[in-house]
Formats: sequence, C-alpha cells, structure tokens
Amino acid sequence: MLGNLMAWIDARFPATKMWEDHMSKYYAPKNFNFWYFFGFIAMLVLVLQIVTGIILTMHYKPDAELAFASVEYIMRDVPWGWLIRYLHSTGASFFFVVVYLHMFRGLLYGSYKKPRELVWLFGMFLYLALMAEAFMGYLLPWGQMSFWGAQVIISLFGAVPFVGEELALWIRGDFVVADATLNRFFAFHVIAVPFVLVGLVVAHIIALHEVGSNNPDGVEIKKHKDENGIPLDGIPFFPYIVMKDIIAIIVFMFVFALVVFYAPEMGGWFLEHANFIPADALKTPEHIAPLWYFAPFYAILRAVPSIAGSAFPGVAAMGLSIVFLFLLPWLDRSPVKSIRYRGPYFKIALTLFTISFVILAFLGTQPVTPLYTFLSRLFSFIYFAFFILMPFYTKFDKDKPVPERVTTK
Amino acid sequence: MKILITSLFFSLLSLSAAGHAASGSVHLDHFEADLTNTASLQRGARTFTNYCLSCHSASYMRYNRMAQDLGLTDKQVLENLMFASDKIGDTMTIAMRAEDAEKWFGTAVPDLSVVSRSRGTDWLYTYLRTFYKDPATAIGTNNLVFDKVGMPHVLWEQQGYLALEHDDDHDPHLSSATEGDLSKSEYDGMVYDLVNFLGYIGEPSKLQRLALGKWVLLYLIILLLVAYPMKKAFWKDIK
Repeated sequence: MLGNLMAWIDARFPATKMWEDHMSKYYAPKNFNFWYFFGFIAMLVLVLQIVTGIILTMHYKPDAELAFASVEYIMRDVPWGWLIRYLHSTGASFFFVVVYLHMFRGLLYGSYKKPRELVWLFGMFLYLALMAEAFMGYLLPWGQMSFWGAQVIISLFGAVPFVGEELALWIRGDFVVADATLNRFFAFHVIAVPFVLVGLVVAHIIALHEVGSNNPDGVEIKKHKDENGIPLDGIPFFPYIVMKDIIAIIVFMFVFALVVFYAPEMGGWFLEHANFIPADALKTPEHIAPLWYFAPFYAILRAVPSIAGSAFPGVAAMGLSIVFLFLLPWLDRSPVKSIRYRGPYFKIALTLFTISFVILAFLGTQPVTPLYTFLSRLFSFIYFAFFILMPFYTKFDKDKPVPERVTTK
Repeated sequence: MKILITSLFFSLLSLSAAGHAASGSVHLDHFEADLTNTASLQRGARTFTNYCLSCHSASYMRYNRMAQDLGLTDKQVLENLMFASDKIGDTMTIAMRAEDAEKWFGTAVPDLSVVSRSRGTDWLYTYLRTFYKDPATAIGTNNLVFDKVGMPHVLWEQQGYLALEHDDDHDPHLSSATEGDLSKSEYDGMVYDLVNFLGYIGEPSKLQRLALGKWVLLYLIILLLVAYPMKKAFWKDIK
C-alpha cells in the first residue's frame, strides 16, 4: 500500500531519489568530530528564527510610535510571548556563535579549498545575508541602541565618496532614522532577506552534496571506493550522521535553554541595557555599542584613522575585512587542507588571527580610549596580515604528509 | 585549541558589555533581587503606588497582572493600590501630561516599566538612597549617581536630608543633615522593597521564566539519556 503510494509519487516527483541523494545514500566521512555539528545546528537555528519570527510578527507593530510598546506587549500580555521573544533574541546571538564556529571549522580543516570553493562562497554570502538580517532585525525593538546603532551604521554609507550622502538618504528614506526606515527594515527583515537566506542555504547544501563533505583529516573519501562505488570511509548521512547530530542538538538546546531561561540579556551582550529605553532622536547615548557579533568589524572601522576628515578609509577597511574572507580559497596555496598536517606557520597564523578576532570583538563594544585604539590598530593589523601574507606562509610552510585514508582515534 | 576558544569566550562574558546607561564613575551598592519574597514585593508596590505613581507611569504594567503575581485579590488592589484608575485591567498610567512635566521638572518624566532593565537594580538602589542637599541646583537637591537630576527627593520624610561632605583625605561622602521618620536601616529596607518591585515590573514574566526553565532543562537531560544509547546502538557497527 505504502510502496504503491511511493511508486505513484516517484513517477511524478523524485521524492525517493532526493531522499537517497541527500540522506540515506549521501556518504559522509565517518571521522566527523565536534566541529562538524555546527552546520546542522545552524539549520536548526534558522528554522527556530523563522518560526519564532512569524509568531512575533503577529503581535509586533512596525511603527515608530508603537514598536517599543508592542515589544513590551509581547513580553507581558501575549501568552508565552516572552518565551517566543527570548527564543528569537537569544537565537540571533546563538546563530552567530554557531556560524562563527562553523566558519572556524572551515579554517581549521581547509574546507574552503578545492573543490569546495563554491560551498565556501555560498556560505560567505549566507554570512553577509545573516549580518544584514541581524542588523535590520535589531532596529525593530526601537530602543535607543536600535536607533543609534542604525544611525551610525547607515551614516557610514555617507562616507562613500561623491554619492555617500545620497546613498544614506536613500537607505533611510528620511534625513534621520525614522518611521520610514523602521518600515523598510521590517519588510527586509521578515520577507526579503529570509528568502535570500533560505535560497542560499539550498545552494550551499546542493554544492556541498555535489562535492562531498570534507573531514578533520582533509582527505577526499571519494578516492577510495568499494565495488559498489561507495566510499570506503563514508557512512550514510541518514541514519548515522543524523543520529550523531541529534545528540549535538540536545546538548546545544541545553546550553541555549540555560541562556533563554536564566540569562536572556546575557549581562548586556545579547540584549543591551540601553535598548530598554525607547528610541529618542534628540538624546544621543554616551556610548553606542554594536552587538558582539558585529563588534570585530566595528573595532576595525574605528581603528583606521580618517583621512582629510573622511571616515571612508575606516569604512573601506571594514568592507575589506569581510571581502578577504571570500578570497580564502585563492589565498591559501598549501596542498594540505587539514590543520592536522599543516606546518607551524599556518598554525601560528591561525592562532594569532583567532585571538585578534576575539579581542577585536571585545574592543568594538568598548568606549574609545588611547589604549583601546592602540590595541584595535594592533589586532586589526594582525587580522589583515593573516590574509595578505597567507599566499606566502602557506606556500613555504613545512606541511606533514597527509594519510591516504581518514584516521579515527 | 577548543579549550582556548571556549575559555576566551567565557572570559569575555564575565567582562561588562555596554554597561548600564550613565552609571558614571560612582560606586554602586549591590542589590540582590528576590522575586520569591512576595511580602517585599507587596510593600514595594505600596511605596510605588503611593510615592512614584503620580509623576511616573509604568504604562506597560497592568494592575491585575500585579495582583495575580503578588498574591493579592483584585479587590485588595482596587482599594489599596489604585489611585489613578478604577479598572483592574488598566495599565499604570498617570494623569500628568508630558508637556506639564517638561515645564515643572525641566524634562519629561520617564516611564518606569522597564527602568530596572535599562538602569539596572544596583543603580536604582543607590540612586534612591543618595539624594543630598545642594543649594546650587534649582530644586535644592542633587544626587550622587545622577548629577543635577530634575527629580526632587520624594522620600525626604522617610530618609530626611543628607549633605555632601568633602574631607581632605576621603572621597566626598554623604552624612545625615536632618532626621527622617525612619532609621537608616529601615529606609534601606523600604528602598530595597521598592527596587525589588521595580525589578519585578521590569519583567513580570521572569516569574514564569525561572519556574519553567528547570523543567525544560530536566526534559533535555532525559531526552539525552534516551537518545545517546540509541546513537550508540546505531553506531556500533562503524569501525
């Protein structure tokens, strides 16, 4: 009966074929470790954000007069509204935690290298879209940090030579961040960018399943297949990897629930204190801080001194700091993918880069002091040196021999 | 590497993020909220409705929600705590118009619904106890943590007035100038209850949040205990 139904469907829609191609007969390396959980978890968080977002939209008012109050209405009067809102706000920060760990995995094991350049590029576009999504979502509660954060970031576009002022005006739809800005950001946040995100996720996964997953040894499992054409070191994604990911998801949800139920503000890191003051165009806060996930780039922006009164060099440096990530597949000239078989130069470079990124994230949230400015410059320098010098240190590194097959502990 | 990253991540969390608004450099007294202390919240509600809720609104907070959370009947709230409204489902609004406040205090009087979340309870606890006489200001009082604040010392009858003293070898400190009706510890207790209440109205759902949290965590632990052997069973033939 069920078999007949499946046959009927398969004659009209490749349901079984898709299931096999992407699940039961998609062979993933059997030596996945801790770092390989975060792609699956990122998908989970995306679904969580979409579902909680839809529910929030039912009660939220994208109107400068009503927005702040409507969020408090959700927090107090909507049954379970507080939970949905905290899941969404905590989900935003955790999305970045997960994505940063996912990207770091790519750096550790060279997942961006040939033949996975497009997987990496789609992923980078996903990251860009996610930043746009988070930035526009943060305006919606219409608190002081929502307002002034948006004001600062949009005014950066004003630093672009010649067309800057016009461009900033066009983005805001008004001379300051105002109701028009709130409405268009709402439209982008709930419809336009999520569409792009979901589309890019599909592209990211199709590209990944075309070339196959990388693994902690950075060896291609497709090189050694059995008589049926199945990689010797591969195991079906379903049920093996799915079962493993379910364990990871339960652990992830435990950590997530700890924050949602016991520290939803995360001491001001996930929900800024000043955002509990309604937006006021006449009162500039003493200290405007971006949320932690934008902070490294904000620190780079502030580290670069302006030239002839124009903040454009800082804006350009901030843009470049992200553009360089896109170029990784072509900057890295080592024949070795995984850090396990890389030489010391790359290990040192990656360690310095990681430390710089974390410290820049801290500096970006702090007020400017001479010491912090100096540190921002120092670590911005290391950040860029990681990319600019990469073609050299990866080429001349003393890499170790890579095994033919994956290793298991 | 893993350990390095996680330890860096968590040490970052212990550092203060953007900080609470405008706390300045004055030392803040630590405030330990206790939402389970219903008696304290009830006393705080009485102080709030008697002394704050004529100039300040708390326009996102409903009277009947407060009644429910603080173990009061609607009738008790209607008779003892509601002066500005007579509908139990109303929010805590006030009759004073914003433009009048602007005229009288030089600034709009802020709504206090979420003040505990923007200022922080440490700040509020310190602020309400550090008004002092200052002839240099228009209203004759000033505040240690909020310089030249437009708000007068509303609780002067209870605390009395303080004066700011500058000794040569000490930082400026406050000392009693006129006696109030309450002793220092009684007044601190009154402010404690009030700030506890302000903390409560900042996030009434915190009561549900904390109550639900442990069950969610327990559920996830049980789920893990079931799921992990299942994963083991699936993986036993993978070498």
